[in-house]
Amino acid sequence: MKHLYTWGAILAIVLASVIGDILLAHAMKQVGDIHALWRRSGLWSVIGRILTNSNFFFGLMAMTVAFFSLLFALSWGDVSLVAPAAASLTFIGNAFAAKIFLHEKVDRRRWIAAVLVAGGVALLAG
Amino acid sequence: MLAGVTVFAAAGDSMLSHGMKQAGNISLHHLQSVILAVLNPWVAVGILLLLAFFASYMNALSWADLTYVLPATSLGYVLLALIAKFVLHEQVSPLRWLGIALISGGVGFVAGGPALTSHAHGEHAPAKDEARDRAVAVSSGVDS
Repeated sequence: MKHLYTWGAILAIVLASVIGDILLAHAMKQVGDIHALWRRSGLWSVIGRILTNSNFFFGLMAMTVAFFSLLFALSWGDVSLVAPAAASLTFIGNAFAAKIFLHEKVDRRRWIAAVLVAGGVALLAG
Repeated sequence: MLAGVTVFAAAGDSMLSHGMKQAGNISLHHLQSVILAVLNPWVAVGILLLLAFFASYMNALSWADLTYVLPATSLGYVLLALIAKFVLHEQVSPLRWLGIALISGGVGFVAGGPALTSHAHGEHAPAKDEARDRAVAVSSGVDS
């Protein structure tokens, strides 16, 4: 039963993380390059622009869900299973989601990188 | 910037995991224990470090693709393993070294490509290409 809880929490982490990452990445592209914005109109303007972006808000909510799912998963399962499993599945999920929703050009180079990193992260648990 | 993302994430995660092990199992029936867990100093410092990670992560996402930032910041796992080996003198198995090699290889792959391929508004991307084409046309015009 504990095993089932652990994997359920891992799945929740992956889903929430992917949704959060996509929303946050989209929000930051809407805000624009922070360095240029900071130089042009100051730090408070940058912070104000980020905090009033609705995608950022929803992304943050998703990340909060992912964070608490991580706390639950860590209390049920070993960190050596939870962290790599969640991280490597999130990598693959993000590559798909970034291609579909953010229209990033995920070329062969980036697919290989995503798979290598996901595999490497999984191996680190061994 | 990407180095900051890496270091803050690795340090924050390791402190959180240490703190949560001290806090013990959390039951679905005692949700208030999650709040209490946040009061654990390890968890609190871990959360502060993760906030620093978040700020640098947002900064990176403002000028680079998600599929570029994520592999680049995964070097944090390599950093964790190296800390375990050389600071904590833990045994790092051959499988883990292979994992480190795979991650480093993946990062090398993505680092050789462009940092940004998308734009928040898809319709602007062709405009950018047009501008580049114009620049190329102008420069080739000067050459001839």
